[in-house]
Amino acid sequence: MSLLSVAEVNDIASRHPHVFASSGRRRLMNWGLALGTVGYLIFAWWFFSVGSVVANGRWDIAGTYLADWVSYEVRPRIEYEDGYLDIAFSRGDPLGENANPDWLVRERAVVESRVDAPQTASGNGGGTSSSSGSFLGTVGGEPAPTGTDTSAAAADEARTVLREETVRAVATISTSNTIEVEPGLVTVTRGSETLIADIVRDQSVTARGPLPAWARQRNPGDKIVVSFGFAGRADIEDDEVKISHRFWGWENFLFDTYSPFWGKSAGEVWTLVTSGERIDPDRSNLALAWNNVLYNADWQHLDVWTKLLQTIVMAFVGTVLASLIAFPLSFFAARNITQNRLVNQFLKRFFDFQRSVDMLIWALFFTRAFGPGPLAGMSAIFFTDTGTLGKLYSEALENIDDKQREGVKSVGAAPTSVQRYGVLPQVLPVFLSQSLYFWESNTRSATIIGAVGAGGIGLKLWEAMRTNSDWENVAYMVLLILAVVFVFDNISNALRKRLTGGTLA
Amino acid sequence: MSASEHTATSATRLSEAGLGIERHWQELASRRRLYTMGGVLFMVVAMGGSLWFANETNAGKFWDRLPHFFDFISMLVPRDGWEVWRALFDLPSPYDDGSLKFNYPEGRIYLTEGFYVPEYFYKMVETLNIALVATLMGFGAGFVLCFLAARNLVANRWLRFFVRRFMEVLRAFPEIVIAGFFLAIFSLGAIPAIIAVSIHTIGALGKMYFEVVENADMRPEEGLRAAGANWTERVWFAIVPQVMPNFISYLLLRFEINVRASTIIGAVGGGGIGEVLRLSISRGHEAKTLAIVLLLFLTIVAVDQLSAYLRKKLVGDQAFAFGGKV
Repeated sequence: MSLLSVAEVNDIASRHPHVFASSGRRRLMNWGLALGTVGYLIFAWWFFSVGSVVANGRWDIAGTYLADWVSYEVRPRIEYEDGYLDIAFSRGDPLGENANPDWLVRERAVVESRVDAPQTASGNGGGTSSSSGSFLGTVGGEPAPTGTDTSAAAADEARTVLREETVRAVATISTSNTIEVEPGLVTVTRGSETLIADIVRDQSVTARGPLPAWARQRNPGDKIVVSFGFAGRADIEDDEVKISHRFWGWENFLFDTYSPFWGKSAGEVWTLVTSGERIDPDRSNLALAWNNVLYNADWQHLDVWTKLLQTIVMAFVGTVLASLIAFPLSFFAARNITQNRLVNQFLKRFFDFQRSVDMLIWALFFTRAFGPGPLAGMSAIFFTDTGTLGKLYSEALENIDDKQREGVKSVGAAPTSVQRYGVLPQVLPVFLSQSLYFWESNTRSATIIGAVGAGGIGLKLWEAMRTNSDWENVAYMVLLILAVVFVFDNISNALRKRLTGGTLA
Repeated sequence: MSASEHTATSATRLSEAGLGIERHWQELASRRRLYTMGGVLFMVVAMGGSLWFANETNAGKFWDRLPHFFDFISMLVPRDGWEVWRALFDLPSPYDDGSLKFNYPEGRIYLTEGFYVPEYFYKMVETLNIALVATLMGFGAGFVLCFLAARNLVANRWLRFFVRRFMEVLRAFPEIVIAGFFLAIFSLGAIPAIIAVSIHTIGALGKMYFEVVENADMRPEEGLRAAGANWTERVWFAIVPQVMPNFISYLLLRFEINVRASTIIGAVGGGGIGEVLRLSISRGHEAKTLAIVLLLFLTIVAVDQLSAYLRKKLVGDQAFAFGGKV
């Protein structure tokens, strides 16, 4: 490589100023563009007040929502009663409301508890003492938990009764993390650290000693929030301890807690279905199991599948109808086929109109007109794509090889025959390929216009997200959508490749 | 048809070999007819079934709802020629009855004491900004990723495979789910829409970009390699100048698509013009609906025209090849 001296470079530059000038201008323009972009992004930061929105974002729950995609929480509430504990699960709990999981150990003892109203011996079965007490009686099928010593209470005639109640509960969140709850005292162990909190019922929560890093308390006396990372958390409040224990997986995916098959292993369900006695005398166990799966309250399989099929149908019907309408119209819009400028221009502007009035607008219009459902969605796709396909088809027609048409015309064929044998063979693969392409792309867009009410899985997805608690259902639907899109992409790609002789990727 | 009839009538004069060919041709033609018939039959059955299913699961049945559709259209007809313009520019309406329906000035956004931006123009600007920011973000990330996915630049198969699958997932993941997730974190606003559209844009642009990069001329790269340039320098000085016009052209195309996408995302809670359109249609504010549709229509046409003009300047007619919309 020969080196140029500065003088030589300057000499060349002065002899060919235009070469260097244009490159300099271009470089300046590039810098200008880059600076402009940065400036615009700063403006956008201000315009959307990104800083404050991000700062105010509820990032703490973001992790929980993400975890909900692939895991679920069991949330027992341990309420402090008068000298004993009451463990309750909410109705929608993955283990059902009468759960008795083995990671939550209850120690029971006979306790003396005060009741407000005078008691008779017969009324002491728990029914009148407190509703939560009687509720506890049915938990997990424990044998005869309440009303053990009615005669003593009756004889005493005092306002105290002796009953067997839970006096200590130990929740094991993971091997070294436990929560021990006793009336008035909560002990949390995480690894080597221990947090002991004294509870004055309905008044205050006070930790003995400083709080460890994994526990938080806003103000002295307020609730203490203990975190175990992914495995769970606990809110120690002055009237109850709320434990959330997280497990991997999708809970009750096949059978919900109301199903007789719930909680059974695959083998047990198999034996029940194949050779078990009929649970419901009216139908076989297989039919019952299938019905339970379809109408699973948590996952609503039948509804999700119906909505998914709606989305598929919307894309399919919309694209096919659009192709069918765009096909004849494009012949009138192509200026080499129909030599009438007025008709050409009118149709082309019509296609532009349909395309530019967005799919969203059509979707909202038709939702208003037909009511929510796939009819609205398919009409929206149909209207938008008639425009898009009409434009593409007429452009393809305008680019055909005229010789074939002339050849057919020269042997005296009728006008329709000229189109059929002179034009169609050239453009049909292109037409079909374009339709397939839009079918594939519409399968994707049908999801999103569904969310504005145009039917299909979009609305279902949107509803699941709005509740902020069904993220696992969202994950399920996303997987289904991805699978459908993947399958249709491949079908469409394979067909297009065959149609166009492998030139289109 | 006419061709086959013609050969059929003159078949008597054919030799043995000719007859064989004729028979074979007939066989092929009849098989083809059979396939065509089968295909048509399949389509008819599939369409019939689909239409029946759609009608059955719709909230209203097609034939019952059709008259209401025309009612809705006739309701949209403005009372006088100025109604739509008043709604568009937030001018006071003579029909003002205190309800939101005709209270146009209420939506004005005052920049100074006397100067205001009409509500829908402001919302439209918001949507355009969502689309533009999302396009730029997607461009930035897609630009970086595409070189890692190109066969001619990255020898490591696994890296390429991983980057490509990653972009595929970004592309196929429903935008609405991303928007919904970030709406839960940020509550209402434009940022969830920006994030959702950006993520999709990364995947879409990344795919187009690596295809462009794979078609790039490798001689400049070879020259730089011979001079001892490292990977970044080779990409920056040999590949980027070649592919940049195409990149920008796809960026503009993507911007067109993103304007539409951010309108739709807006309608499901992402702010901007989409949201006001949805509200206005569902509340039955006809004049406002027409004003928004008009504004949206004009904006989309303007954006399309501008982008088409710029793309033509950048890369010529090649920019209009089939397959733009992804």
